Amino acid sequence: MRGSTLAYAVSMRSRRPGRRAALFAAALIVLLTLWAIVGPAASPYSPNGLDWHHLSAAPSLTDGHWLGTDPLGRDLYVRTLYGLRLSLLIGVLATGVSVLIGLAWGMVAGFAGGRVEAWMMRVVDILYSLPYLFIVLILATLFGRDSITLLLVAIAAVGWLTLARVVRAKTLSLKRREFVEAARAAGLTPAGIMMRHILPNLAGTVAVYATLMVPQMITSESFLSFLGLGVQEPRASLGSLVSEGAHEMLAAPWMLLVPASVLVALLLSFNLLGDALRDVLDPAAR
Amino acid sequence: MLGYAARRIAGIVPVLLILITVSFFVVRLAPGGPFDQARPLPPRTRAELEQLYGLNRPLIVQYWHYLQGLAHGDLGPSFKMHDDTVAGLIAQGLPVSLTLGSSALALALLIGVPLGLWAALGRGGALDHAVCAFAAVSLALPSFVTGPFLALAFGLWLHWLPVAGWQAGEPRYLILPAVTLALPVCASVARLMRGGMLDVIEASFVRSARARGLGRWRVLRHHALRPALVPVVSYLGPAVASLVTGSLVVETVFELPGTGRYLVQGALNRDYTLVMGMVLLYGTLTLLCNLAADLIHAWLDPRVRGEHA
Repeated sequence: MRGSTLAYAVSMRSRRPGRRAALFAAALIVLLTLWAIVGPAASPYSPNGLDWHHLSAAPSLTDGHWLGTDPLGRDLYVRTLYGLRLSLLIGVLATGVSVLIGLAWGMVAGFAGGRVEAWMMRVVDILYSLPYLFIVLILATLFGRDSITLLLVAIAAVGWLTLARVVRAKTLSLKRREFVEAARAAGLTPAGIMMRHILPNLAGTVAVYATLMVPQMITSESFLSFLGLGVQEPRASLGSLVSEGAHEMLAAPWMLLVPASVLVALLLSFNLLGDALRDVLDPAAR
Repeated sequence: MLGYAARRIAGIVPVLLILITVSFFVVRLAPGGPFDQARPLPPRTRAELEQLYGLNRPLIVQYWHYLQGLAHGDLGPSFKMHDDTVAGLIAQGLPVSLTLGSSALALALLIGVPLGLWAALGRGGALDHAVCAFAAVSLALPSFVTGPFLALAFGLWLHWLPVAGWQAGEPRYLILPAVTLALPVCASVARLMRGGMLDVIEASFVRSARARGLGRWRVLRHHALRPALVPVVSYLGPAVASLVTGSLVVETVFELPGTGRYLVQGALNRDYTLVMGMVLLYGTLTLLCNLAADLIHAWLDPRVRGEHA
């Protein structure tokens, strides 16, 4: 699905000149991902190896620490790429979980209608009116300080609200269409109608929101890690690296600038791509 | 209008009650307690502490006592900072956090609204593109990146403003934190204002006002502005939620003595009453701002009132 969506977006390029930026963003995402996977192998250093001869060393081409080191002598190039790996992984997995919840919640609410729908959407409204990261923060602190899985669940647990709203609205309009009526007349069960007729028609919308959700999830994870509540030492995520960099920015500004630039490039690319996909697949949402 | 307001205010109470109940039990069911330390307390001391704070009683009884305390405006003692009550801690930090939050909100509105209007009026022009690009970038940047960047640039390199810290009555210390906090909100406001204005400009009542020979600015001020503000106003609720979340980061980055740090500390220490106090404070604040946004919305747009009458 992702592939064909992208192909469609690409085919629209000629009609929308501004979409070149989206293509560039998509290329950058692919590049960053590949780099996170194979990039560390290019450096002689390991992410947690200490180099006592180069503490807080500035970026340099001669000693192999291309992007400098931190006060413990750990290589920043390798650590940033490992951080990128973890941030991407958590971002994509949390998006997957959120999409599943949001899709199921919105589809069932929209399809069921009546009191069930009213209650389900009321729950969404209440959660929506509370500060989102604030709930994540409480969940993560209380349950998930040492475990990446629990961190992931905490982030995903509140990320599905927007998608649930959008999916419900779409389902409402879809369920009045003739093909749904025909399926019902043919004796298909509600579950069958949802799986076979509603779900495929939601795919485009879901792809758009999933793309826009990835940067949100990465931001949530980095936010928690920045506050010291997410990924713990010696592991690194982009957020925890930015946090370390912020503490060392007087003596070693590269510790802040390197991971922050990678994070910014990643977030901007995902947002650009998501916005462009939305323009193409879901023009009414603008 | 009054009836609508009364109904909406009454609607807040059950939501708050649900919030209190859920967070009370979630916080207490989490592993660990306030008196778990690296070096365990002697069992007798521990038992006495638990007796003192009523932690040895059944959960439901503790819940009932907490609610009774709340009804009297008592948020309870802090379990970790033994000399302070939760209300006392909040009273210390709240002035700083409120100053920060309100100046950021003011900044976001004062810059975002004109920017959005300007972009909408010059639609498709260079300025419009600049505003849209600014909004897209500011929305993508999290405050824990912009905060350190600004501190690095204006504090460490240019020496224009203090890098961090706080002195009451010294606006110099407020500028960088407020700008950091305001940036994403400002971007959203500009975007919504632009969208709202574009929708209204094409509406028939604006065209007919122009056709009647009214001047461009007169139409803008008397006809277009009010309906165009509706999207911005309904965003005020989420804006406050985003300010609350952002203030946690901004207070950490700039080392401000606000209330944000209590939430993180309290949750880490399992300081039940402190966490509850913060949840209650921020929850009430957010709900009240959502309410205020809805009331302004109803005032701007009579159809909203009619629907609920």
